[in-house]
Amino acid sequence: MKRVEGLSKLTGREMYVDDLPVDGCLWGATVRSPAPRGRIREIRFSDTVDWSEFTVVDHRDIPGSNSIFLIEDDQPVLAVDRVRHLHEPVLLLAHPSRESLSRALSAIEIEVDVQPPVLDFRHRPGPDQIQYGNDNVLKHLRIEKGEVESALAESPRVIEGEYETGAQEHVYLETQGMVAWEEDGVITVTGSMQCPYYIVDAFEHALGRSRDAVRIIQAATGGGFGGKEEFPSGIALHAALLSMKAGRPVKLIYDRSEDMQVSTKRHPSRVRHRTGVDHDGRLLVQDIEVILDGGAYVTLSPVVLSRSIIHASGPYACDHVRIDGRAMFTNSPPFGAFRGFGAPQTQFACERHMNRIAEALGIDPVEIRRINLIGNGDSTATGQVIRDGADRVEVMQRALEMSDYRDRVAAHDEFNATDPTRRRGMGLATFFHGAGFTGSGEVFLDSEVHVAGLPDGRIEARTANVEMGQGTLTVFTQLVCDRLGVPAEAVVIAPADTARVPDSGPTVASRTVMVVGGLLEKACDDLRERVGLRRDAEGHALVAAVRRWHDENAGQDLLGRAKYEQPEHVEWDDRTYRGDAYGAYAWGAYVADIEVDLRTFVVHVRDFVAVQEIGRVLHDTLARGQIQGGVVQALGWTLLEECKWRDGAMENSQLTNYIIPSAGDVPPIRVAFLEAPYPHGAGGAKGIGELPFDGVAPAVANAVASALGTDPTFVPITPEKLMDLLVGSAKTAGGAA
Amino acid sequence: MSGDAVIEIRLTLNGESVVAQVDQGDRLLDFLRYGRGLTGTKEGCGEGECGACTVLLDGLPVNSCLLPAWQANHRVVETVETVPEDELSALLESGATQCGACTPGVVMTGWWVRRNRELADTHALRELMAGNLCRCTGYDGIIEGLEAWLASAASGRPGSEEGA
Repeated sequence: MKRVEGLSKLTGREMYVDDLPVDGCLWGATVRSPAPRGRIREIRFSDTVDWSEFTVVDHRDIPGSNSIFLIEDDQPVLAVDRVRHLHEPVLLLAHPSRESLSRALSAIEIEVDVQPPVLDFRHRPGPDQIQYGNDNVLKHLRIEKGEVESALAESPRVIEGEYETGAQEHVYLETQGMVAWEEDGVITVTGSMQCPYYIVDAFEHALGRSRDAVRIIQAATGGGFGGKEEFPSGIALHAALLSMKAGRPVKLIYDRSEDMQVSTKRHPSRVRHRTGVDHDGRLLVQDIEVILDGGAYVTLSPVVLSRSIIHASGPYACDHVRIDGRAMFTNSPPFGAFRGFGAPQTQFACERHMNRIAEALGIDPVEIRRINLIGNGDSTATGQVIRDGADRVEVMQRALEMSDYRDRVAAHDEFNATDPTRRRGMGLATFFHGAGFTGSGEVFLDSEVHVAGLPDGRIEARTANVEMGQGTLTVFTQLVCDRLGVPAEAVVIAPADTARVPDSGPTVASRTVMVVGGLLEKACDDLRERVGLRRDAEGHALVAAVRRWHDENAGQDLLGRAKYEQPEHVEWDDRTYRGDAYGAYAWGAYVADIEVDLRTFVVHVRDFVAVQEIGRVLHDTLARGQIQGGVVQALGWTLLEECKWRDGAMENSQLTNYIIPSAGDVPPIRVAFLEAPYPHGAGGAKGIGELPFDGVAPAVANAVASALGTDPTFVPITPEKLMDLLVGSAKTAGGAA
Repeated sequence: MSGDAVIEIRLTLNGESVVAQVDQGDRLLDFLRYGRGLTGTKEGCGEGECGACTVLLDGLPVNSCLLPAWQANHRVVETVETVPEDELSALLESGATQCGACTPGVVMTGWWVRRNRELADTHALRELMAGNLCRCTGYDGIIEGLEAWLASAASGRPGSEEGA
């Protein structure tokens, strides 16, 4: 099946929020904190501007609770008397002219009595820097399995390592934006988003509106990657507050620089490993400490930390595991959801560390994985017994074959011995990614899906899950076609408009196809039953039965419904962090072939092989696109993308000096799937969207290590940082000689 | 900028003769999107890095966010809205579009290469496309789609020389 909205995008007809014509619309803008921490002493409006032309909103205009509804209520919609990060929203302005707005922005001065900020999450805060609890720890989580201390004491070898990863900006090609207006007492917002019902929750909370006085409609969304999960709630509130005060529609669209300065990023991390092994390289005990930079408010950091630690011990079997995780407060704009959600950070550390162990023991990096990869019947760090999926060693074997791993290692040795200026290396990473919400998260979401039979016989799927490029519309259409035996022309996917669709949960966590798609199948079954047909009924019989139903029940809605039910095998204890953390895991093995230029320190990726098992592949082109796109986005995080900070916020907020990969920077990404249908996922599928992010940085870093005989413990491996590492090690070697 | 001089320009826009008043500070991108309602052309970065706003100016790709609108005076401007739909099937099949925000720019650079196929003899497609950033596809879908598009053009299927 071709991408449902593909032609609309290729012809430029698809309407994103900034493309929507809105009559009588004002433009909105945000006045932000000039300091990372302090008390607001005074806000001065210069008399060079006629302020009567402007709508000005501050915290006193918020009718409900001044906080953005999420896990905790600590993040204000607009600052009251103190600010906790640079660029924190303080005031909102609206005006018919964008030019007048930008002049007005520079005519407002916010004076702040600055207090000492926390700008490095790795350092213990001083007493005058404590701003959350009594230790600035936003969340502390721990996983314990077996007897870690005694196992460490008894291990023949203990290998230690410390690894760091940097922040990453999503760079969805469409920046954040919303338009809000009021219509018949209903405040309505349309814009770029992943989670319409998060915004309904936020409006109920901060605007004090009942849910039926709020309507949220997703506009075509130009990329999300997690960046449009929780962050858009604030922009939607800002646009709504301006519109309510002005009595007119207001469009609030961020330009690229504002978007990069203020929006969420991937959590920076530091991970320490202490691993006991026997002389063959078998893992006896893993002791892991994870810290993440959470930024100035709690937002989603507790759940990012959760996924981060659950994935920290890698796809391996080990009897004794302790993982201690903390998300730390800093005076940075909050870090947030980003494809992988904490798992790429900890699996980078784990996979670099596996190679360090192999190196220390003189074992092949392939061999150490072969003997430790988790098998069916083995248990993860949380005690989840792995029961299904393709054999992990087979996945790795396929990646080694596709990449000619052995031959190329030999060829690179020869090349490196003779080439004066270049070094080549091969790197392997094996990894996993749990799909859907963690633990009992899906139970709390309580997702609901409807499938309507329309009077003309067409079938309309109603979910709140959005198309943001990943292919929701196409795969949902395909699932309905397959389940009901109807042609694609007979299937409509309803727009994600909260006035029309039930809350099927957010479009996050690689859950859309596996979880919501599964509900869609059940709702199809329910619809068929409601029109009195059996499971084996043909599609044309269904279309006829739907029409007949409407003839007999004119004016009524014909709805098939489904609600989430936890698969029976899943058991999870949130208190002890024991049990089945995810319904299913996808498994991957990636191989990078790289070349380093010793004159420029640029790492060039020559070839990249991505092999994974994601249950059943439902749509080959879309599935490949997810893997290839995820790999290249992760190559950016690994080699190019470095956030430079000033007062806790991103300073290089431009695509001129925050470099993401272009077509010329990356090789073709060679993809293969092993299939092992997952019985509880739609069409046998498991989650796919985030998996590719986990395996890229470690594969590349392991290849760099192999090429140079050095040990990069960080990403991004920019030329500058690699030069520091190499020149540093050259100095040390020189000193020892 | 308001208060700046208003300039009258005459150009050929998507095959039509157009006379328009533009502010001195208007970018070609603003003129197209807000002045003419041609919202197929997208703003990605506003500084000529991402290529989402690519249009053809006298047949050559330019970033319309970097070009003052008045510089289009007496020139020929083509936007994504002029590319015939039947030219786009190879890109549709290959997965060249995901979120769609970079897509019109990708299509315009591709359309330029398609109409100047000899470019592909001397330049790698990845090099020709390096001015169009895409965050979704990893570029394979785009490059494979362009290869198929060029091949279909060479074999005289829809959109060969006669159609261009």
